[in-house]
Amino acid sequence: MIVINNLHKSYKMGSNVLHVLKGINFNVNEGEMVAIMGSSGSGKSTLLNIVGMLDLLDSGSYTLDGVPIVNLNETKAAKYRNKFLGFIFQSFNLINYKTALENVALPLYYQRVPKKERDEKALQYLTKVGLANWATHLPSELSGGQKQRVAIARALAAQPKVLLADEPTGALDSTTSYEVMQLLQEINDEGKTLLVVTHEEDIAKMCKRIVQLKDGIIIEDKKVNQVRASEYV
Amino acid sequence: MSGFTITLGLLIFITLLGLGNGLQNSFNQFFMDDATNTMFIFPGRTSMPYKGYNVNRTIQFKNDDLTDIQNNFPYYLEYITPRLFRNGIVTYNNESNSYSYVGVNPAHQTSEKTIMMKGRYLNDLDIKEKTKYAVIGRLVEKDLFKGKIALGEHIIINNTAYKVIGVFQDEGGDNEERRIYIPYTTLQLIEKNTDYINQIVLAYKPELGIAGAMLFEEKLTKFLKEKHEIAPDDQSGFFIRNIADNMNKNQQLSGVLTLIVTFVGIGTLIAGVIGISNIMVFVIKERTKEIGVRKALGATPFSIITMILQESIFITLIAGYIGLFLGIFVLNMIGDKLENYFILNPYIDLGTAITATIILILFGALAGYVPAKRAARIQPIVALRDE
Repeated sequence: MIVINNLHKSYKMGSNVLHVLKGINFNVNEGEMVAIMGSSGSGKSTLLNIVGMLDLLDSGSYTLDGVPIVNLNETKAAKYRNKFLGFIFQSFNLINYKTALENVALPLYYQRVPKKERDEKALQYLTKVGLANWATHLPSELSGGQKQRVAIARALAAQPKVLLADEPTGALDSTTSYEVMQLLQEINDEGKTLLVVTHEEDIAKMCKRIVQLKDGIIIEDKKVNQVRASEYV
Repeated sequence: MSGFTITLGLLIFITLLGLGNGLQNSFNQFFMDDATNTMFIFPGRTSMPYKGYNVNRTIQFKNDDLTDIQNNFPYYLEYITPRLFRNGIVTYNNESNSYSYVGVNPAHQTSEKTIMMKGRYLNDLDIKEKTKYAVIGRLVEKDLFKGKIALGEHIIINNTAYKVIGVFQDEGGDNEERRIYIPYTTLQLIEKNTDYINQIVLAYKPELGIAGAMLFEEKLTKFLKEKHEIAPDDQSGFFIRNIADNMNKNQQLSGVLTLIVTFVGIGTLIAGVIGISNIMVFVIKERTKEIGVRKALGATPFSIITMILQESIFITLIAGYIGLFLGIFVLNMIGDKLENYFILNPYIDLGTAITATIILILFGALAGYVPAKRAARIQPIVALRDE
């Protein structure tokens, strides 16, 4: 699903060049649930951003579902993002003047799905995350866990190949974190590929594979026995 | 906020333009009481000896001056009428008063823009037959007849009886409505059957324009000087007053006024547009994150631009609409209340108002476009990092 070869990425910080990723080789197969771990500054978010086409790579190659991701212009990148990827952010990033339903329907809007069909689908995904009754509420009326579940529903709405989660539980307390992880595990059980960036050990253990990043290189890549989040809830 | 700027801008623009128009209206009111294509010729005294004539000779216009002008300038001339001003006691029954009465041609009605209220004006037959008919001003009727019907009654002017055949009004003011018009031939007959006339009023064809009028004046001056044997350099043999000349100056003045008003108005509009542009920049900065999220969800740069533009046009449209109507409302409120300040019937024609609104909306869109374009170029990753 994801094939990355010898990926390099550096940032210019004034006159200094910060070499963040120093040759990453990394494959993810369909149906995997991978945790990317590392301390802050290890390059894990940068990796996720490149995978998510939010950022451009300097050298190396990246293939997503058989499509080489090169020479993207903005419009093409937008289309790929919409088609292949679903994003889940630490700070939820819901649009605060739109209702939960409208937020979930947004990726479908960019796919030019007609309004009625859009709303139907959005409600379907809200039901899936257990928030059908909150469809008409604004994000400000929802709790943190509910917001993240709306964000997950939104990420799923466009039926992407891969879900990318950047510290999905970073802003949540542990009980809510486990609820969210349980939801993500259920989504993975249905066959979706998931990439989760986290620095929390217990969250990482709920994935099927852990990739350790340090100073821009992968120092460890191991399969683990998945801990079911439902045990904690 | 940005809407407010536009509303205010349009409000000020419309109000100013309306007031400017009002000012122009009063100008026109002041100077356009008489027909504007008119020239007056007044006789004078010579100031130079010429061809054996002494200095200080009085020039006397006669009937043949009228016919000569008519015959020599058919290309320029629209109509011509003499004016013989007299003052006298006018009596009806026991009422009497002093009025000025004027011997004129029918064409005089056009030159003075006399409006008939009752009856008729003098006609060519009256001139030919030297009838003793009089057309009296509204105030003459009011003073002498005290509400009775004047038409068909006889009034006595300097011991001669005239039949009232019409009553007129004139926007030139009370003085002009205290006049009595009689056929100039009748007046000449009564005054010992002379063919003397005092003033000549003539109108040139309006299509000549101001330049043509000036040329006409020049040729006419030359012709009359030759005819009356006045030295070519003598400026005081007679005088020509050309309304076109006056009007030219007045129009220039009011034109300058309009220009200033328009300038200020456009300035306000520009300020409004800059206002929108600024606010749009601010709005986009505030929404950087949202734009990033939208891009992460698959929004193309085009859809971002469209979104921002739609919003800026929507705001401008609503605000512009409010400003337009507020401005028109203010102008209506002012109405004629500022007549004392030379502002009469301020108005703005709907065309101008709508054009201004459309321009504002157009520029509002343009003002939104630049920041929108910048917003579309925001890297989603940068936008998302923006806390």
